[in-house]
Amino acid sequence: MGHVFYLLLRRLRTPIITIIVVYSVSVLGFVLIPGVDDQGNPWRMDFFHAFYFVSFMGSTIGFGEIPYPFTAGQRAWTIIMIYATVIGWLYSIGKIFSLFQDHSFIRLMKRNTFARRVRGIQEPYYLVCGYGYTGKRLIDRLDEQGIKAVVLDASQSAIDELDAHELGLAVPGLCADAADPDILNIAGIRRANCIGVIALTNDDHTNLAVSIDSKLVNPERPVISRSESAGTTANLASFGTDCIIDPFETFAEHLVKSIKQPYKHIISDLIFNPHHNVLASPHQNTSGRWVVCGYGRFGRAIDRKFQEYDIPVTFIEIDPSQRGAPVGTILGVGTEEETLLKADIENATGIVAGTPDDADNLSIIITARNVKPDIITVARQNLSANKPMFRAANVNLIMEPVRIIADEIFIRISTPLLMDFLELLQKKDDQWARELLLRISAVVGGHPLDAWAYSVNPEECPAIHDSLAMQKLVRLGSLCRDPRKREDELPAFPLLLKRGEECILLPDPALELQVDDEILICGQHSAQMFMNWVAYDYNVLRYIRTGVEAPGGLLWQWISSVRKKRRRRRAAKIGRPE
Amino acid sequence: MNTEKVVFAFFILLALTFNFGFVLGDIDNVEHHNVYELYAALVVSLIATVMKFGDRTHVGAVLLATSLVADLQLIMAAVVWGYAVNFTEIGLDAAMMASIVSLSAGALLSNITSVVLLILETMMVRH
Repeated sequence: MGHVFYLLLRRLRTPIITIIVVYSVSVLGFVLIPGVDDQGNPWRMDFFHAFYFVSFMGSTIGFGEIPYPFTAGQRAWTIIMIYATVIGWLYSIGKIFSLFQDHSFIRLMKRNTFARRVRGIQEPYYLVCGYGYTGKRLIDRLDEQGIKAVVLDASQSAIDELDAHELGLAVPGLCADAADPDILNIAGIRRANCIGVIALTNDDHTNLAVSIDSKLVNPERPVISRSESAGTTANLASFGTDCIIDPFETFAEHLVKSIKQPYKHIISDLIFNPHHNVLASPHQNTSGRWVVCGYGRFGRAIDRKFQEYDIPVTFIEIDPSQRGAPVGTILGVGTEEETLLKADIENATGIVAGTPDDADNLSIIITARNVKPDIITVARQNLSANKPMFRAANVNLIMEPVRIIADEIFIRISTPLLMDFLELLQKKDDQWARELLLRISAVVGGHPLDAWAYSVNPEECPAIHDSLAMQKLVRLGSLCRDPRKREDELPAFPLLLKRGEECILLPDPALELQVDDEILICGQHSAQMFMNWVAYDYNVLRYIRTGVEAPGGLLWQWISSVRKKRRRRRAAKIGRPE
Repeated sequence: MNTEKVVFAFFILLALTFNFGFVLGDIDNVEHHNVYELYAALVVSLIATVMKFGDRTHVGAVLLATSLVADLQLIMAAVVWGYAVNFTEIGLDAAMMASIVSLSAGALLSNITSVVLLILETMMVRH
């Protein structure tokens, strides 16, 4: 606030002084110029009357010649002063208006508003730098989960989009250079309730600056950063950035996974994107040679990954020498049939359209299909807006780097246990994944898959925690029972149980829970509500454990305990031999 | 030489001198105190206040405060004068004059503080 106020005062110096000078000269004139009263006696205005007259004259209200009709001298002075005061006011008001339209002033105002909104956030929040497609998707998903965020972006149009975007929570955004420590400061990087910093800008240098600043302020706080080069990745890792996401590496990794281990890929894809409800059938006969169009950063990442998994590949690149494409690369874009034939497309298993241009990618896919109708098509979709076109083209696998990054970051933030699960999944073979996938589809049916986690502590699972504290036995399976009818199972099952350092994949429902266990559940979204009920409500949990709907209130508890005692006594009486 | 500083110091000093000139004389003697001098003191003091707007230094803030105090005192003195002349039966008598002069004497004190601060600040500057 201080900045704006001082700027306002400094800019208004001249206008205010102008008004003071004009008014004082004017008042003085009326006091000095002789006049006559209604009796014709000489009379002079005092300061009080002069100020009164000038006040209504200057503001052009004009009550008339008060208190007595003016002499010629007074009228002459009035003529001069009317113009002087009107010009003075016009000048001052014009100055004030131009100040409010001044760019630097508006920027300062916006900055202040932003700082105030950030200061007003009491809940934990994430600082997101960069509101591109990735940032947008991430904010959308955080918003769905009710997680607060603050956004910085270098372009005003991105911030305008954020302001216009309908979100459930208020997300303060500011157009500013995120690499500026001052800006990070007002975005709350030093505040205790900023629980994570996510650097997603297109500029590696900015991402680095944001990550370093955050790590210097608070080394414990998680930092997630995007990186587009190996150098930046190494640099980010050197000061302990918790998660570094390279869109092209991630992208290539996904592609290789989907070729080599389709079931695992479907599972992780389902987890990353719950609304992806089509269980795409895994591609058959994926062994064989692939044709990849484009040898940029993405192509290079694919090259490395394909070599790692021994997948033969032919590249098509418009400028192979400049980009250091491997020997045997075909010259061209890949949109022409001729180039594709040169790359021996007829004997290839699949084609990857990986250029940074969406129109080119679509054209490549269509041309390739013309040559070989049963070819597996993988397309890189660069812009979210082009989704309908890619859908219409019926591409087998659409790779959207933007979505991949946003989803991965979101999973890390919302359910960190899922990342543990995915790591364990990578160690299993694809057959295991296939069985798990069948189980998931049986439980989920046509609904979107959701995953959520519990940690056995007084905050998240008070009922389970209390039962355990009272030495009662709680089995993992209890969580998955329907609280309305305990014989029924909820459409969900535990994926992972983490106890200390130990992780148990697909734990046995008979497993006894312990305090501080972390449980990852997957299933239909609707099951979560019922499961929360079991975790929170002691009486519901008791019903599920014992099948008895015990009285909850103190009075009824007392009555039932009296009854129980009486029954026991009676039973003892009957049992006792006379 | 900095023109801004010259103008600034000029107004602050002028506010003080006008004010001093008005206060000078017997406190309750109407003859000793000129209405134009009070008017000039008030106008100059207002201008001096505005000139101090927007200075973010600590000294600047204190200077602004002293000026605001002087304005307040002088406006009060002017209001009392206007009241005495226009709204009372007796007009401007010795008692009224005494209160007007004592009010502007308060403003004088404040203006002196301003000038002292200004001198101190000038001494601190080494170039």
